[in-house]
Amino acid sequence: MTIPVFALLQSVPPQSMGVFLLFTIVKMVFFFTIYMVGIAMLTLAERKVSAWMQDRLGPNRVGKGWLQPAADGLKNIMKEETYPDAAYTPLFILAPAMAFIPALLTWAVIPFGAPWDSPWGRIELALAPLPIGFLFILALASLGVYGIVLAGWSSNNKYSLLGGLRSSAQMISYEIAMGMATIPVLLLAGNVSLNDVVERQVGFAPLSWNAFTCTIAWLIFLISAFAETNRLPFDLPEAESELIAGYHSEYSAMKFSLFFIAEYGNMVTTSALMSTLFFGGWDIPFTLWDNAAPHTGLKTVLTFLFFFAKILFFVFFYMWIRWTLPRFRYDQLMALGWKVLLPLALAYIVVMGGAIVGLEYAGLAPASWRFSGILFGINIVLVVVLFFLFDRGRIVSPAYSRLDPRHLRRLRAITASRSALAARAEGGGRV
Amino acid sequence: MAIGVKVLERPIEQTSYLRATLKGMKLTLKHMFQEKVTVQYPEEKWSLSPRWRGTHRMLTTEDGKAKCVACGLCPTVCPANCIKLVPGEDEKGNRYPLVFEIDEFRCIFCGYCQEVCPEEAIHVGRHYENSEYSREGFVYDLERLMAQTHPVCEMWDPADPKGE
Repeated sequence: MTIPVFALLQSVPPQSMGVFLLFTIVKMVFFFTIYMVGIAMLTLAERKVSAWMQDRLGPNRVGKGWLQPAADGLKNIMKEETYPDAAYTPLFILAPAMAFIPALLTWAVIPFGAPWDSPWGRIELALAPLPIGFLFILALASLGVYGIVLAGWSSNNKYSLLGGLRSSAQMISYEIAMGMATIPVLLLAGNVSLNDVVERQVGFAPLSWNAFTCTIAWLIFLISAFAETNRLPFDLPEAESELIAGYHSEYSAMKFSLFFIAEYGNMVTTSALMSTLFFGGWDIPFTLWDNAAPHTGLKTVLTFLFFFAKILFFVFFYMWIRWTLPRFRYDQLMALGWKVLLPLALAYIVVMGGAIVGLEYAGLAPASWRFSGILFGINIVLVVVLFFLFDRGRIVSPAYSRLDPRHLRRLRAITASRSALAARAEGGGRV
Repeated sequence: MAIGVKVLERPIEQTSYLRATLKGMKLTLKHMFQEKVTVQYPEEKWSLSPRWRGTHRMLTTEDGKAKCVACGLCPTVCPANCIKLVPGEDEKGNRYPLVFEIDEFRCIFCGYCQEVCPEEAIHVGRHYENSEYSREGFVYDLERLMAQTHPVCEMWDPADPKGE
């Protein structure tokens, strides 16, 4: 029996509760399918990218490699689930889900395509276009740490606990820098609704994209996003050389796999956030055609594909960095977050706030190309300063940078005298 | 910092993390599009050197008997003591091996047996796929050594006669 969907749709008046509910469900199913399949394929993509970067071929056996995620999933489901005797079982079971759910929930507010003026009223291409979208995201980003901390604690294993503690410290530190970095974006948009943030950027894309008008903010956000998702070079919660596997040492089978799904889910989510906040969201660059009035279905599909491509690029960027950079030392991580990124973000808020107020005072409309161009110029100067003056052993500092110079001199003297003694002893032995 | 930890002087003023990162990313991206070095093993096999020393093979005469005359040189020279030889003699006075076993697990594949053999009977082979289900399977007896068909080791590079 076929369900007369279209007849049912025609029967309800425009923008009614029925249409809203139906389309919300359709969007959820559509989105959830793409998201979960996408994450599965990302595990394959990561292995392929890592292989290519190391001059290897990567998985190519199960269905030419394409079915590798399915094979992995099947294997993980069939494996034995182990529960450590000393673990606190309720939280031990709950933790993997708590790691994953915030990543999924964040998607509720991200607009992933241009709105569609359907025959049944305007359909927003976001699951729940909240007016406080950005605040909702910040709130959920803080929840993400619970899964990892609880996994570490409930395992009752010292390595897991250390991993969990590290992740909580790391995520809380970088959340501050992340939140501060987005304030210039919100200053420009004048609103915390993600739709407004996207609207602000469409004018002279790509020049009016926030990546060019708030470059430093984007760089800070990018670095913080790596720390928030526990990806290399900030994967200290896992740090296999120190902590076995960190917070998921005691996990096995599908629960272990769920942490991976959570990690990739977080990657996709932060990539989507980065696209929305700094790369114009679903906007197609170099044209205003996609933002103009007749919001046809074709425009919706094309903008969705552009958004998808932007996300894929950032996900690739994550992998690219992962297979390039080594892991940070713990003190370097903390120093970078608190002593570099946070002051930088605060100073940048002042600079950008001043620039925006100054430009508006000078009579430039925020939607004009001059406005974006001048901001872009300011940012180029700041980036050059950052690259050539600031980045001189300060961004990533050696271990002794925390020592008092007096102690440092004493330690160096000890080292020197010891090596002199050792050299003399060696020389004497030979004679 | 505990005493005894080496405190190095690093040229902080000249180091740059951001630029080093960009350089590294350029390198990994370059490698992504380079030719891959993987050998697709079961389908594609590594070509062995003519001097490869693998599991043994006993060569035979035209009438299908082992060339071995049971002189006892190879068990004597074998540093791993892995060759078991019991000599026998037929009615015409020709010596032949009654038992000739090589324990491939003990063998260190030095190739001395091939070098020392006056009859060019025992050889190490150019062969590497040797898996078995049991340890006993790795003790090759005379029949098995004669049944092997893989090419044998050259012991020196034919292109370089000085190596002999």
